[in-house]
Amino acid sequence: MRWLIALIAIMLAAPTLAVLPDEMLRDPRLEARARVISQQLRCVVCQNQTIDDSDAPLARDLRLLVRERLTRGDSDHQAIEYLVARYGNYVLLKPPFERATLLLWLGPAAFVLIGGIGVVAYFGRRRVTPDDNGALSAEEAARVDALLREG
Amino acid sequence: MMRLLYLLPVLLFAGIAAFFAVGLQGDPAKLPSALINRPLPPFALAGLDAATPGFGSATFVGEPKLLNVFASWCAACPQEHPMLTRIAAEGVAVYGLDWKDTPENATRWLAKLGNPYRSIASDPTARTGIDLGVTGVPETFVIDRHGRVRYKQIGPITPQDWDQTLRPMLAKLKAEA
Repeated sequence: MRWLIALIAIMLAAPTLAVLPDEMLRDPRLEARARVISQQLRCVVCQNQTIDDSDAPLARDLRLLVRERLTRGDSDHQAIEYLVARYGNYVLLKPPFERATLLLWLGPAAFVLIGGIGVVAYFGRRRVTPDDNGALSAEEAARVDALLREG
Repeated sequence: MMRLLYLLPVLLFAGIAAFFAVGLQGDPAKLPSALINRPLPPFALAGLDAATPGFGSATFVGEPKLLNVFASWCAACPQEHPMLTRIAAEGVAVYGLDWKDTPENATRWLAKLGNPYRSIASDPTARTGIDLGVTGVPETFVIDRHGRVRYKQIGPITPQDWDQTLRPMLAKLKAEA
């Protein structure tokens, strides 16, 4: 029982926040927007973390930069574009839908479609449709009769 | 005709395998620069100390130059340092951007290893580095005579990088109008 509680406690432990109190903005609404933006931006040092999660010094610099842009009156979109202009689309954890990413976005759906067509074609062709609820045809009944008489 | 259709999944698999075999070759830590073929973002930074004049984006107009981003805390920079010394000795203008560093530490670092730079600018707030899309140190930008970024080397310059990539590129840029 004690083990179970310990296990559950470990699983429930939230990862510690990378955002330090001294980085946060006074205005809670701006801070909330900054958090949302930071969660969409990739830390360019440790690439599978958002800058909101990352303890890397550069991630901290980028968090401060996002907050500075918002304080200056940038929209969320402008703040994100500011970093995209410097680091490219790589800073976006969710790649934009454009020509270069067409395969990325539509590829999985295309494969499901191709596979689906294959499955339908394969099983569709093999299915034998019983025409009369399994009842014997006249020909079959005659053959059964013949066999029974022989027996 | 139906027989050939059975080959389709095999061909599809071969296609995907080839796609990934090529696509997964690169080092994911090396992000392509968003600045390639674009002018340097405008900046003007103070020098490392009173004796160093510092430089800005305007410095990079005239002849092709290298802009090397380094720091005294960077582990790979001492490894790259002899190459920079060699490159500078070959007559190439190498400018140093001391990134996220203190002038005291950088001065001590350079006193120990030697100073290959034509000039050194200090970027303690990291803002110029971020404008340049720097993700770590060392990084080296090849800049043409119009102040446009033409190439970014990520990580230390090895002798092979210099001989096979950077030197031929600088020679080509020199020949450009």
